[in-house]
Amino acid sequence: MAYERSESTGAGDGADTSALALKILVAGGFGVGKTTLVGAVSEIRPLRTEEQLSRAGELVDDTGGVDQKTTTTVAMDFGRITIRSGLSLYLFGTPGQDRFWFLWDELSQGALGAVVLADTRRLEDCFPAVDYFEHRKIPFVVAVNCFTGARTYGAHDVSRALDLDRGTPVVLCDARDRDSGKEVLIRLVEYAGRMHTARLLDSVG
Amino acid sequence: MNDDSGGERPSVPGSQWYDAEAGPLVRPYAMTGGRTKPGPSNVRFDLIALVVVDDEPPGPAEEALLGPEHRSLLTLCRAETQSVAELAADADLPVGVVRVLLGDLLESGFVRVSRPVPPAQLPDERILREVIDGLRAL
Repeated sequence: MAYERSESTGAGDGADTSALALKILVAGGFGVGKTTLVGAVSEIRPLRTEEQLSRAGELVDDTGGVDQKTTTTVAMDFGRITIRSGLSLYLFGTPGQDRFWFLWDELSQGALGAVVLADTRRLEDCFPAVDYFEHRKIPFVVAVNCFTGARTYGAHDVSRALDLDRGTPVVLCDARDRDSGKEVLIRLVEYAGRMHTARLLDSVG
Repeated sequence: MNDDSGGERPSVPGSQWYDAEAGPLVRPYAMTGGRTKPGPSNVRFDLIALVVVDDEPPGPAEEALLGPEHRSLLTLCRAETQSVAELAADADLPVGVVRVLLGDLLESGFVRVSRPVPPAQLPDERILREVIDGLRAL
């Protein structure tokens, strides 16, 4: 990426005001393909960042009988897409386990939107994510990862089964495929834009 | 390793040998002197906050006083403007630790940090258009 190099060596003034990073979350149940999707669209190999939990984790972790265990490590996978020099998109795969909800709160701060990955064989796995984003009014799309061997359902069926708000896009995708992943992100950004405009109008009217 | 051979002797803390699988020998927050939050300036480093090296950093004398983890973060920032998440992954340190260390670097004037955009003003339509076009062009 020649752009980044020139930017860093130049280290021009005001770089901290002109550079913009946007955040998109990828949520869904365990093993639904979150890391796969992040990896398919990211220009860097998915990186893994870890957060060590101590007191916060103790409240939800069953540490009974394991006196030594005072920390838990939660990993988040993430990737990056550079749109242009100074504008990049970061994708974060949210920790799958429900007990790490409090990390979602931090992740979702200032997020542009979210992709909820769903597997039609285990649709209920994505209920918590759908609830979470609906509740916090964070724009999201549901991307149905079409696993081979799974019966295919139409977007409409999935939308009904999840009882989504009208307008929430449902996209069928293949999380391994770059173009398919791109399409999911495009639908999300378009939808986030519409939601934002609607909210602005609401606040005026 | 084979503590069970002499079962009657309780293992004395600190007496065992560890291999790589036991994880890092230095507890993560030892690198921060036990601090879990960035210093007095109380900055909140978002995961996607971008860290840039300062144009006029303190001299080599001050830099020599930095710890090894501070220095490795600084080296990473010099190579490329990076997000807090990337720095944590590349330095192989927990995000919480990196936040504290970055707070030190910020206070001593080695780096600058972009503030995350408040959500209310985030999706500027022009920028979203740019993102969509950019994604299509990938």
